Amino acid sequence: MKLIFERGNEGQALCLMPACDVPEVTLEGFEREGKLYLPHVSENELSRHYTEIAKRVHGVNDGFYPLGSCTMKYNPKVNEEAAALPGFVGVHPLQGDKNSQGCLEVLYKIEESLAEISGMDNVTLQPAAGAHGEFTGLLLIKSYLESIGATNRKKIIVPDSAHGTNPASAVMCGFEIVNIPSGADGCVDLEALSGAVGEDTAGLMLTNPNTVGVFDKNILEITKIVHDAGGLCYYDGANLNAVMGVVRPGDMGFDCIHFNLHKTFSTPHGGGGPGSGPVGCKAFLAPFLPGIRVNKKPCGCYTSGKAEKSFGEVKAFGGNFLVVVKALTYILTLGKEGIPEAAKNAVLNANYMQACLKDDFDLAYDVICMHEFVLTLDKFHKETGISALDLAKGLLDHGIHPPTMYFPLIVHEALMIEPTETEPKEMLDEAVAVFKELKKLAYENPQALHDAPVKTPVRRLDDVRAARTPVLRYNFE
Amino acid sequence: MGSYVPSGMSERAEMLQKIGVSSIEELYAAVPAEMLVKDLKLPQGKSELEVSGEMTAISEKNKVFKTILRGAGAYDHYIPAIVKSVTSKEQLVTAYTPYQAEISQGILQSIFEYQTMICSLTGMDVSNASVYDGATAMAESVAMCKERKKTKAYISATVNPQYLEVVRTYCSAAGTDLTVIPEKDGKTDIEALKAAMGADAACFLSQQPNFYGIMEDCTALAEATHAAGAKYVLCCNPISLAICKTPAEYGADVAVGEGQPLGMPIAFGGPYLGFMATKTAMQRKLPGRIVGETVDVEGKRGFVLTLQAREQHIRREKASSNICSNQALCALTASVYLSAMGEGGLKQAAKLCTSKAHYFASELTKIEGVELVYDAPYFHEFVTTLPKSAEVLSALENAGILGGLETEKGVLWCVTEKVSKAELDRAVAIVKEVLA
Repeated sequence: MKLIFERGNEGQALCLMPACDVPEVTLEGFEREGKLYLPHVSENELSRHYTEIAKRVHGVNDGFYPLGSCTMKYNPKVNEEAAALPGFVGVHPLQGDKNSQGCLEVLYKIEESLAEISGMDNVTLQPAAGAHGEFTGLLLIKSYLESIGATNRKKIIVPDSAHGTNPASAVMCGFEIVNIPSGADGCVDLEALSGAVGEDTAGLMLTNPNTVGVFDKNILEITKIVHDAGGLCYYDGANLNAVMGVVRPGDMGFDCIHFNLHKTFSTPHGGGGPGSGPVGCKAFLAPFLPGIRVNKKPCGCYTSGKAEKSFGEVKAFGGNFLVVVKALTYILTLGKEGIPEAAKNAVLNANYMQACLKDDFDLAYDVICMHEFVLTLDKFHKETGISALDLAKGLLDHGIHPPTMYFPLIVHEALMIEPTETEPKEMLDEAVAVFKELKKLAYENPQALHDAPVKTPVRRLDDVRAARTPVLRYNFE
Repeated sequence: MGSYVPSGMSERAEMLQKIGVSSIEELYAAVPAEMLVKDLKLPQGKSELEVSGEMTAISEKNKVFKTILRGAGAYDHYIPAIVKSVTSKEQLVTAYTPYQAEISQGILQSIFEYQTMICSLTGMDVSNASVYDGATAMAESVAMCKERKKTKAYISATVNPQYLEVVRTYCSAAGTDLTVIPEKDGKTDIEALKAAMGADAACFLSQQPNFYGIMEDCTALAEATHAAGAKYVLCCNPISLAICKTPAEYGADVAVGEGQPLGMPIAFGGPYLGFMATKTAMQRKLPGRIVGETVDVEGKRGFVLTLQAREQHIRREKASSNICSNQALCALTASVYLSAMGEGGLKQAAKLCTSKAHYFASELTKIEGVELVYDAPYFHEFVTTLPKSAEVLSALENAGILGGLETEKGVLWCVTEKVSKAELDRAVAIVKEVLA
């Protein structure tokens, strides 16, 4: 399809701005010299352009989206309506507490709810995404350690199965990384952990369930080993959907956590964002929190302030506020029964799909899983020449968004499948049938899978060319 | 209670049977029993009708001002109707990051178009797909400029204080030495900058227009920065760039800024949009996603995420940043906004902002006791003295007008194209009345 710059004619424009009703002023000496190249289209062309753009996107509404670790659940429409309320979108972030009582109430209520769900004492809504939350949580840990004079504690322990953001965030906070290997069961190797901790340990970053979709049964021992060594425990909340309302990170021994509201709490991902990555912590870390701290007065009104020893701010203003509104709407809808019900059905759906696929594909870990499970196509690849990537591309022709590929790094030819709780059994059965059909095709006519996809707007793309000779914008000349 | 789980009890039973367990609880056998939550202290779930009513009631506790004369990092511009129509399309709203290029061409192309428009606005060669906001864009730029022997960062005291605070957090986290260059008459003290920077200077960061709305001599700042062998990062207002010199024209190496004015509501501070662009020479230092053009196996044009060797999922602890999720839908919003406005519309919006701000300033300063604090060119924000400021601002509030922001230097006013002459005259009349 055409780029927006290739449409319309020079001089074409929408009529959006009125004429100037005051004397015109020019900023002499500051005038732009170069031509401003922007699209020149009518409203109809503009509207159609984006309709065509939208047709070339697979969203959660277009079909199954079992992208492991991303929790692509249905995004309820009432959330969108709440976030579009004029009383939220029209509020200036600096209009004062008196004029922003509703916004402060949103922050207060969701802080209370997230603290309860995670077993933490306080939550900041300022971080804009999961990785931003990691950065924030690690700075809490760093600030606390500095406050007790433990400046020698510079190492963050990260399992080799961790998300790439974990080590990247730790480095941004000035920590050194200690990678520890996972055990044969994909869980933390207690011996490796015991060997890694010491007087220089600042903390451990962990997901539980972990990135292979297994709940680490030794979790209390793990957090104890770290605490005994004087370190703190950070919970990467990417996989919280498996356990919300069922078991709490705070009760597992974690000191702080980030949430991904765009995963667990049903806010849409917008093609890559905006998300929201609130950070919860135990009371001893709370004095260091960034962002707006909201208090409720006996009169029922809300006031905002800063934490007493706040390490600073990680973003302007209070966070991705409208995303927070969507998440609060979701929490109010589900409530005390609905939250664990969602988690349990996410786990049920994942185990059902795993059970349906295990006779045809190798499981990386053949155990009861949580909200996701990992296939390893290593043997399959050797037998058929069909890789995890090829199988994923085959799924595209069936209208299914492929699972996460080649992650976690500790599993060869990995496909990580997370169906989420909002898929009906019927959808899971259809997807299982497609997986089986593709397996058959791999043995009978592997070329068909090497050629896949064929039904998509474009076929396989040349990544190497894109990186070697980067074309990163349209050339107007 | 509300629920989005489609499986009924009979489907659940069938699924449990296939798994070979008798209850969902059995699936949690690995969780130590004493740890299971017994009573989650949350309210009961509610119907959509109830929740919708509750959220509406909460939203109505906020005051929505009809006229907004306050900016300071959040700008109330007109949002064309087409913007909301496009950005609420379900496919675009509900998709994830475009990892699977073949079924994500729409998202990828829209990011490519966004990158092009950001380059067009800033005069730069390469843009990323967005970061969280203007403050984090500024903060992320520091890491782009650091080299082995160039490790120190400098920032002007005239930038938005919240941005300064965020840059401080990021620098302190990474152990980067950050020096604030003082202000003189509302502008960066360039002599202080020259005196401060040595051979170990990595970068200098400033803002145009600055926090007080003032246009600084950024060409001189760029020259001074380059004389020390450092990189110049300029944070700019995207609407001003329609008529004002671009960061590239000033000689900046990196252009960053807050994209919120490009079609995003003020919304109590977010979600907004951080944009980042640079010269080709520094493209591999950019953090975050970048989309590139390529071809498919049949030679058809297509788009992919590219230069990924910079990113956390490949490089882990050696990545240029930890950023993963960005503000994609906000970037799309900016693209639709800029496409709708076009060159003419955006220039007109910028001219309206400047002209109306100057008109408002000239009318305000006719009132005794109200004076411009700085004698310097400004875009759409300016600082005045204001006697009885609390009283004046409260009188404005009562009339549905959000007045300027009280700062240490005086009251910081902002005027956008949305405010009519009649509204400005009304605000002036109220100020006059209170001060009479």
